Amino acid sequence: MKLKYLLPLGIFLLLVLLLGVGLTLDPREVPSPLIGKAAPEFSLPQLHQRDQQLSPKDLLGEVWLLNVWASWCVSCRAEHELVRELAATSTAAIIGLNYKDEVADAQRWLLRYGDPYRLSVSDIKGNTGIDWGVYGVPETFIMDKRGIIRHKQIGPITRESLEEKILPLLAQLEEEQP
Amino acid sequence: MVPEFGQMALVIALVLSLIQASLPLAGTYKGVAVWIDLARPIARTQTLFMVLAFAALTYSFLVHDFSVRYVASNSNTALPTIYLVSGVWGAHEGSLLLWALTLSIWTTAVTLFSRSVPRETVAQVVAVMGMVSVGFLLFMILTSNPFDRLPNPPLEGRDLNPLLQDPGLAIHPPMLYMGYVGFSVAFAFAIAAMLGGRMDAAWARWSRPWTNIAWVFLTLGIVLGSWWAYYELGWGGWWFWDPVENASFLPWLVGTALIHSLAVTEKRGAFKAWTVLLAIFAFSLSLLGTFLVRSGVLTSVHAFATDPERGIFILIFLCVVIGGSLLLYSWRASQIRSTVTFDLVSRESGLLMNNVVLVVTTASILLGTLYPLILDALGVGKISVGPPYFNAVFVPLTIPLAVMLGVGASLRWKRDDAGRVLSHLKWPLVLSLVGGVLFPLLLLPSFSWGAALGMVLFFWITLTTLLWLKQRGGAQGLRHGLVATGRGGWGMVVGHLGVAVFIVGITLTSIYSTEKDVRLAPGEQYTLGGYDFLFKGVRRFNGPNFTASGGVVEVSFEGKKITTLFPEKRDYRSGMPMTEAGIDAGITRDLFVALGEELDDSGAWSLRLYHKPFIRWIWLGGLMMALGGLLAASDRRYFRFQGGDVGGGG
Amino acid sequence: MTHRSHYGLALLFSLLLSSFSAVATIEAYHFDDPGQEALYKELIAELRCLVCQNQNLSDSNAELALDLRRQTYEMAKAGKSREEILSYMVQRYGDFVLYRPPLQQSTLLLWSGPFIILVIAITTLVILIRRRKHEPQPLPQEADLKRARQLLQREKR
Repeated sequence: MKLKYLLPLGIFLLLVLLLGVGLTLDPREVPSPLIGKAAPEFSLPQLHQRDQQLSPKDLLGEVWLLNVWASWCVSCRAEHELVRELAATSTAAIIGLNYKDEVADAQRWLLRYGDPYRLSVSDIKGNTGIDWGVYGVPETFIMDKRGIIRHKQIGPITRESLEEKILPLLAQLEEEQP
Repeated sequence: MVPEFGQMALVIALVLSLIQASLPLAGTYKGVAVWIDLARPIARTQTLFMVLAFAALTYSFLVHDFSVRYVASNSNTALPTIYLVSGVWGAHEGSLLLWALTLSIWTTAVTLFSRSVPRETVAQVVAVMGMVSVGFLLFMILTSNPFDRLPNPPLEGRDLNPLLQDPGLAIHPPMLYMGYVGFSVAFAFAIAAMLGGRMDAAWARWSRPWTNIAWVFLTLGIVLGSWWAYYELGWGGWWFWDPVENASFLPWLVGTALIHSLAVTEKRGAFKAWTVLLAIFAFSLSLLGTFLVRSGVLTSVHAFATDPERGIFILIFLCVVIGGSLLLYSWRASQIRSTVTFDLVSRESGLLMNNVVLVVTTASILLGTLYPLILDALGVGKISVGPPYFNAVFVPLTIPLAVMLGVGASLRWKRDDAGRVLSHLKWPLVLSLVGGVLFPLLLLPSFSWGAALGMVLFFWITLTTLLWLKQRGGAQGLRHGLVATGRGGWGMVVGHLGVAVFIVGITLTSIYSTEKDVRLAPGEQYTLGGYDFLFKGVRRFNGPNFTASGGVVEVSFEGKKITTLFPEKRDYRSGMPMTEAGIDAGITRDLFVALGEELDDSGAWSLRLYHKPFIRWIWLGGLMMALGGLLAASDRRYFRFQGGDVGGGG
Repeated sequence: MTHRSHYGLALLFSLLLSSFSAVATIEAYHFDDPGQEALYKELIAELRCLVCQNQNLSDSNAELALDLRRQTYEMAKAGKSREEILSYMVQRYGDFVLYRPPLQQSTLLLWSGPFIILVIAITTLVILIRRRKHEPQPLPQEADLKRARQLLQREKR
């Protein structure tokens, strides 16, 4: 009989547990449904050679990263140092997806802050961004040798995410057979 | 110096509330009369220091003391005076200060209007409210100090969020807080009743008017917020089921259950344990709302700048206050033996049914609000739960509530006969069915079963309520009923009619609203809902702290000019754009125009036009509910303190 | 990721992207088919803007919301069905974009919850009232009786 009066307390404690766990989560970070799926197709002009196109197919057999950036994006500049560091230390190809930007602005930005990319492609209207589910620039996707998306970094790369997630994953993917 | 005085006042208030929370309570156990009698003066002194602290912050705003971080972040010299004052509660720290101030004002009110209550009970109530004060003051001083100074004060402050620069929103938070915090009185009375082992009709009688008044404020706060969102946000909506809105709606629903359940406990001595539990729930949900708004666990349009440290603090506070009271409940409630019996068909059962539906609604909305968090915490994935879900849940639950509402008042206490009730209510039933179907058929542009359902419920509530009034008059009928009914009864009548009006508003607005996004060049017009909207162009002008583009739209109906609307688009100095909609309000419809963008050099603009039938009825219904609550709280019997003569109607 | 960078990230996000703003950009899209227009309006009201705090596409002024409105418009105008457009969005952004959560294993409790709670509550209620009626009356305490009598008298007056 007494048990029934403990029920509200029990429910409340469950709620507290939930809220406590909730405090450690970030409600704004939405995981991508594309992880484990093939990289969405695109065929976009290169930023520096406008008549040349690039498609994810061209990168099959390689481990590569797609880093979504723009000259208007403030936190892209914040992570840029780390992207350069990554380019210097890793063998994986880093492709830039220049998202909703002006070509001239983007080129000037790379001149000024350094160009760590093997090459960048221009997604001026943002359609490729939609296909990749980009919602907050910068974002970084990691693809394995079969062209499957294995990881998505939402927001700027940090020292921690670089060392704890990205570098180990790249090393693991390099080991995998295509 | 003034901010330091404010700071000091806060610390003194904290010390006082520590005493307030402990000594009087200890006095009731040890039987020390002096400690018990300390409750009243110490609570009032605490309030005085809270007022001083609040005044200090207000003063800092008025004199533009930008060395205070909070002032610098939320005001500048161009801000009109009224928004300097409302800026005090425009962000996290100041709104907490308002919360704590409101709490001490309620406590002082209890010390003033409780002469008929035994002083031990007053001491317990004041002590419990003191504990809540301690929590909030600690929270403020440790994590969110409004008086923090900046080492290098800026010459000019930042702007107050332009959304808040509006008279409606200036008074919305104080109303809401009066409601949230007001439930702490019912809560404190319930705790006191449990501490003293007196969960009887008397405590229900003492806490009833308090609960009613808190509920009235909460109702007004919600109505104001909804109305503000409608005219200020510029997209014509009035309720978005945002977590923060739900945070105010949940205590309201439970509060509504509570004021009904208190009525039964007071009059019949029934549902004692249940009523106490509801009183705990109502206040707990207010606190939970605070947590949800300020911890950042849910994304919301209205979220304050969030901080995990604050979240942890509030969570611990929740554990102490809610966990402690539920523990006390589990211990005390099992000792209660209810001595009252009633039939399945009786007014008690009817009111209990009302409570069940309200609580189920509350639980469902809480489930929807927290479900994304549950899945995320379990690592199952991220989902969103939005208006489509809440509407799908809320609307079907409202229907039995409205039906019950008509039956409830006609039921007799203790035992009634289903056959009698049915024959008593057969005419309202027939008339509302006929009227509800005929109304959309004859008077509305097109027939819809949804509209018919809404109108049936409207007629049903109205007719049964009138029937109740007539019954009150006995043989002399309705006319005598109007005279014989006390304020308590009138409160019920007006409140219930408010529900009927509210239902009409929601139903007709949702079904018959039309909207259109159009491109109009000056001189062009568009016809919506039979109204011709003629766009005359846009002029530019400057406000005190913004520049604006003001559109001119002439509206005519069947060739006759009715009104001119002036939708605006403002660019605030803070860099934030804002829409000010042009609205022509009416009893049967609102016309609403929002200005979009200049599309090309020809002077064409994009505009959003709305025709919203009966939307005012939503807020009118809410205001009537609030008025009902006010009438019920002002019933004579609560104010006849001396001599124990507490007769009267209801 | 530690908490610190976690929240730093969230803060950065809100600084850069949140832009909760009271202005919904109004596009004045033109439709030839009123059915397509109705579909467009329904969809932009039910799809969530990912970068905003808690807003649908229709109410948001964020760049992404603008793009996704345009995408929805183009798909609706091309005669795509509700399901086609929704699955297009879900493939890219996940279930998070849907304000109407799909019925699936993980949302079973969400959709059935209110019904279950209602049934449990009403059953409990009926059982309690019935049991109470049939139970032998416990003897009321003298004080309670006295108070009840007083109250009854007050009511009569």
